[in-house]
Amino acid sequence: MMFKEYNPHEDKILRIIDNNGKIINQKWKPDLDDKLVLQAYKDMLFARTADIMAVSYQRQGRMYTYPPNLGQEAISGALGKVMREEDWLVPAFRELGAWLAKGATLKEIFMYFMGYEEGTAFLNAKKLLPISVPIASQLLHAAGIGYSIKYKKEKDVVFAVVGDGGTSEGDFHEALNFAAVWKVPVVFIVQNNQFAISVPFKKQTASINIAIKSLAYGMPGIKVDGNDFFAMYSALKHAAVYAESGNGPVLIEALTYRKGAHTTSDDPTKYRSREEEQEWEQTDPMKRLGMYLKDKKLWSDEEENIIVEQYKLEVDKQFEEAESAPAYKLEDVFKYMYDEMPEDLKIQQMEYEKFLKWKEAQK
Amino acid sequence: MKVMNMVQAINNALEIKLAEDPNIVVYGEDAGLEGGVFRVTEGLQQKFGEHRVFDSPLAESAIVGTAVGMAMAGLRPVVEMQFCGFVYPAFNQIISHAARIHNRTRGKFKTPMVIRFPYGGGINALEHHSESMEALYGHIPGIKVVIPSTPHDAKGLLISAIESNDTVIFMEPKRIYRAIKQDVAEDKFTIPIGKAKVLNEGTDVTVVAYGAMIREVQKAMVLAKKSKISVELIDLRTIYPIDKETIIKSVQKTGRIAIVTEEPKTFGLAAEITAVVNEEAFLYLEAPPKRIAGFDTIVPLPRGEHFYMQSPEKIFYELEKLMKF
Repeated sequence: MMFKEYNPHEDKILRIIDNNGKIINQKWKPDLDDKLVLQAYKDMLFARTADIMAVSYQRQGRMYTYPPNLGQEAISGALGKVMREEDWLVPAFRELGAWLAKGATLKEIFMYFMGYEEGTAFLNAKKLLPISVPIASQLLHAAGIGYSIKYKKEKDVVFAVVGDGGTSEGDFHEALNFAAVWKVPVVFIVQNNQFAISVPFKKQTASINIAIKSLAYGMPGIKVDGNDFFAMYSALKHAAVYAESGNGPVLIEALTYRKGAHTTSDDPTKYRSREEEQEWEQTDPMKRLGMYLKDKKLWSDEEENIIVEQYKLEVDKQFEEAESAPAYKLEDVFKYMYDEMPEDLKIQQMEYEKFLKWKEAQK
Repeated sequence: MKVMNMVQAINNALEIKLAEDPNIVVYGEDAGLEGGVFRVTEGLQQKFGEHRVFDSPLAESAIVGTAVGMAMAGLRPVVEMQFCGFVYPAFNQIISHAARIHNRTRGKFKTPMVIRFPYGGGINALEHHSESMEALYGHIPGIKVVIPSTPHDAKGLLISAIESNDTVIFMEPKRIYRAIKQDVAEDKFTIPIGKAKVLNEGTDVTVVAYGAMIREVQKAMVLAKKSKISVELIDLRTIYPIDKETIIKSVQKTGRIAIVTEEPKTFGLAAEITAVVNEEAFLYLEAPPKRIAGFDTIVPLPRGEHFYMQSPEKIFYELEKLMKF
């Protein structure tokens, strides 16, 4: 069984392809048909293209602060292929590919980072929670959703994501404990991208890894190469089957590297070296899966160049749609505060309308 | 004298106190090497060492809770919360311990600590990055709450806060972190906690504001002047304890009061000041006190934020109505 073999006490890491895209672990290689793997690669490529363009839109002043995903695409890519329609995704804020897989649109995501609440409502995406900024707080919702699934005797699985910094918050520990005590179907995924803004992993915890924290709560945990699509797929699939079968939660530590800044407001040159960045560059998830596909003659640079150009047009189209969204209206401030709006709020809105009329008359 | 913005003035206050008192430690998320997300503590770790200025793991409750322990054991921690919207996990430690230890131990243990954080809107920020929640802290018995509006005041008030044997919540208006520059004395000086400042003397209406709203009121005063409205502007500087005397004296003279804040209106600081005026200067009032505050809504994301924030025009509009009452 995978979780026994990769006991976090020994700090083992599940890895299936090496940095050159060669299979080094037949035993745990998921049995996937080439078409699915190729589609996963394309999804990751689309997410990467959109992510790079998002940073550039922000730099052009067309969008506000944005948290780049660069270098972490395999985690969301694998999630996108493991999650079923009936499964829940409880995101943090750096899982672009997984949101898209769950039915969020790029237009919505862009709208969120342009400053519209509706961008995080993901109105047509089923079982996708909004982006969660208060660190680790969303994990408790995952445990609660897990309870509801068990209560209703459903077969859904909850996938809940947090970063390495988030594992220091009380909410992380409380969520793991509750989920394990209740034995509910939650797969907790820690994107260990080595930094909580500027704070490196070694200052975040004295544990040898994050996966080991699961053992104290009485649940299995596994450390996985988060830049290896196959390893992530395999671990997520095993965890999902384990959880769905009524065994309770699993913690997956996905070892990765945030190649970009924490957000577009951050400057990583302040706290890490160029050498370190270059070292991690070798493990880039797109490069590795791309090499695997090219070795198998399933993909080529020519195809990649053509499709990236198509993706850029698609991303631009959705960005422009977001840019031409209707102007934010006064009523949008109030309308969704309550199901049943208090009278006082209606008055506040009316009073402000009077001010707007006065202001108009001053012109 | 040296020209400083608020970030530099706060950094300067921390530097002076770190140099002067070996019991002071400064920590928080990203507060060490990087110097905080707004660079307020920049350079301090390099100057004073990692044992005195450091990055903590990411946990607000732990940051405040360990500070309470340090303070009881004789240190004087100055901790940073990254944003006003991220303090909430630390509430238990603030309310149940930082605010209560002194009383529960009949003064045997003191909690001389400062919890600093940026607050307020108007910077096109992400969700949870624009709140102005000072009323939550003002409502907690056992702590003091300070909000500066200028680099000079930020320095003098922070030094007082660090020297206070009580726990002080020090809220920094991030919208004007770098927007206002002024001459600030390089040597140590203090500004007393609990004292408001009359920034402008006037005869028609008292306006009480603080933090980033001072600048907006000053802009509104240009419009008011054209309409021959004479405004007496009070910078509150300390949220709790409120300087009632300065407010009452002013209202006794002007007969009118407006309070300008970024907070949601209901149960806010403006309501408290209104109550103080009603209790202590009711017979001097020529019009009901006016709260110029945010809506009782979440601060909208950037595209809708302008509706929520107080603009000079909005403040002037309300003052004009108040004069016509």
